[in-house]
Amino acid sequence: MSEQIEQAIARKYDAGFVSEVESDTFAVGLDESVIRRISAMKNEPEWMLEWRLKAYRSWLKMDEPDWAHVDYPKIDFQSISYYSAPKSMKDKPKSLDEVDPELLRTYEKLGIPLHEQEMLAGVAVDAVFDSVSVVTTFRAKLEEAGVIFCPISEAIQKYPDLVKKYLGTVVPQRDNYFAALNSAVFTDGSFVYIPKGTRCPMELSTYFRINELNTGQFERTLIVAEEGSYVSYLEGCTAPQRDENQLHAAVVELVAMDDSEIKYSTVQNWYPGDENGKGGIYNFVTKRGLAETNAKISWTQVETGSAITWKYPSCILKGDNSVGEFYSVALTRGRQQADTGTKMIHMGKNTRSTIISKGISAGHSSNAYRGLVRMGPNADGARNFTECDSLLIGDKCGAHTFPYIESRNPSAIVEHEATTSKVSDDQLFLCRQRGLDPEKAVSMIVNGFCKEVFKELPMEFAVEAGKLLEISLEGSVG
Amino acid sequence: MMLSIKDLHASIDGKEILKGLNLDIKPGEVHAIMGPNGAGKSTLGYVLSGRDGYEADSGTAQFNGADLFDLEVEERAQAGLFLAFQYPVEIPGVSNMEFMKESVNAIREKRGDDPLSASEFLKKAKEACKQVDLPLAFLKRGVNEGFSGGEKKRNEIMQMILLEPNLCILDESDSGLDVDALQVVANGVNSQRDGKRSFIVVTHYQRLLDYIEPDYVHILADGKIVKSGDASLAKEVEKTGYAWLGAKAEEADA
Ligand SMILES: Nc1ncnc2c1ncn2[C@@H]1O[C@H](COP(=O)(O)OP(=O)(O)O)[C@@H](O)[C@H]1O
Ligand SMILES: [Mg+2]
Repeated sequence: MSEQIEQAIARKYDAGFVSEVESDTFAVGLDESVIRRISAMKNEPEWMLEWRLKAYRSWLKMDEPDWAHVDYPKIDFQSISYYSAPKSMKDKPKSLDEVDPELLRTYEKLGIPLHEQEMLAGVAVDAVFDSVSVVTTFRAKLEEAGVIFCPISEAIQKYPDLVKKYLGTVVPQRDNYFAALNSAVFTDGSFVYIPKGTRCPMELSTYFRINELNTGQFERTLIVAEEGSYVSYLEGCTAPQRDENQLHAAVVELVAMDDSEIKYSTVQNWYPGDENGKGGIYNFVTKRGLAETNAKISWTQVETGSAITWKYPSCILKGDNSVGEFYSVALTRGRQQADTGTKMIHMGKNTRSTIISKGISAGHSSNAYRGLVRMGPNADGARNFTECDSLLIGDKCGAHTFPYIESRNPSAIVEHEATTSKVSDDQLFLCRQRGLDPEKAVSMIVNGFCKEVFKELPMEFAVEAGKLLEISLEGSVG
Repeated sequence: MMLSIKDLHASIDGKEILKGLNLDIKPGEVHAIMGPNGAGKSTLGYVLSGRDGYEADSGTAQFNGADLFDLEVEERAQAGLFLAFQYPVEIPGVSNMEFMKESVNAIREKRGDDPLSASEFLKKAKEACKQVDLPLAFLKRGVNEGFSGGEKKRNEIMQMILLEPNLCILDESDSGLDVDALQVVANGVNSQRDGKRSFIVVTHYQRLLDYIEPDYVHILADGKIVKSGDASLAKEVEKTGYAWLGAKAEEADA
């Protein structure tokens, strides 16, 4: 049966087209002059350049980490281009009418219409194409509510005090190898600011697309939710199908002030490489949120793409009664490798965290959950619940669980549950006996397995995520 | 003829289980198959429905004119063959509702019918649910997830009612049921008897046949039908048990 299921999940990547957009792309290579040029392209103030250079100098002294359960040839950081922008972006468009139609078509093909009237009702979108933000929709409506949602490059110009105050406070420049690299060369990303007591009137969403060959994408996202505010944010990612590996090293920082809530959802579908492991995105991402008193941070992720994923969205539960959540579906197939999980750092009293991780492995892929729950000495009455489930499709894939628990407070409670199951012959036979073809059957079983996570996604995206899984599992059956 | 099985041989893991089985079923007929444990009753259901590992070695099975063994599992289902499982499996997180809606519509599509809308389907599902005496909450629960043995069996009958098959194979749908549940299962089956739909009712005990009256009763032993008769044969088995078969089966083998 495993043969049959394996064929049922043969790969197909829908977002693998390349757009014919003329670009300004830096020659490959990295040194201080490249960083100065990036900063100059973006018209950045001096402090920003200094910040980047400081990060770069730290990075030079750091070593690439090798502890993750992934295996890839050493990355040659000198063979990557650190900046690429569609030519037509030079004079930044003021409205959608001025955006290069080819770019708009790219997003349309991806199912992300940027024309406001066609958009998913009530979702504001920022689209980042290679290194620059293409367009942010629904700006006026957000401004009315006092919400700032714009490319971070623009925020550096328009709201330097806010950016200066928070940038690098959750993920310091030298936090880790890839975060340091990102801090040095980040090109764009989104900035969100929700003022005190404000409920953001719509879902905010950013779509990232890597188009150019040999470019890295290093986006930086910063979300600040002031006291008593609420925001739900979604990011989606795709890339063309190419034989070369491409690097994506993003940093996301969330700041949740007292009584605020940030819900951050990701649907990641970077190109995973072909069935032999050729090509695909290296996705090395640092995501972390800081929660003050009574604040809540929720990470929900559906990860189906990338050749290699190295990603641990984390919560620092600093304030008393703060809450951290992590809901994850990670699907690997072919030769994909994923090492993903979360860190819940409980510092305040009565802090609570929930981790639900669903790993699905098919083909020859490897899927690891790595999670740290740390109960600090002051975390009286803190609680964590972790549920970590693996589903195996076929018998050539692997699932691994690496839970780390550090408790320095005897009153803190940590619960961990882990299961491993298989899409069984019996389940498949039942579905087929009821008239469903094997592909539909597998995708239905997998969707059922992921239900607890999908219900955390905003409605529209839950549907999208289900479809994405279905496409990812699509293939022919013999 | 709805189903015509000729000289069917099948083995599992190299061991011959069905050893030349013949059976003809006309539209609207109810055939009971009885026999001791290990006789090959479940195997027959699996071979007919096409489960992996249960392929026929030789022999034929015509189903409404088509050669059953040429069809994939789902194609047989789409052609109207339904198997109620002896041990229904759980599919966690997939609601009964979702599962049945997908199934019903997959089969409708093959028949060239329009898919049922969510509300049309819901209406039918609620009726079926009531018919097998399951609370409506069962539609929202994961397929067989945490169901008791009896609930699983009733859930199978609900699926049968919704899928409107031509040929229903019920594999020990009575085992583990108390008298009330037995009655529910039997009523579910009887409600579907319309003179066209045929049934193979596999059972170890005669009890179920008090409620579902069969047109024919066959005794399956050691991979063959060793005796056929009308409903009175079941009563005979109840009195004498299967012990007498031992000698008879060996005799037939020799
Ligand atoms: N998956 C299997 N692998 C090996 N032997 C099997 C398998 N399934 C059934 N058998 C054997 O086939 C024979 C018939 O089994 P089965 O069809 O389940 O009988 P019944 O349903 O009449 O009790 C038994 O000897 C049983 O042990
Ligand atoms: Mg049996």
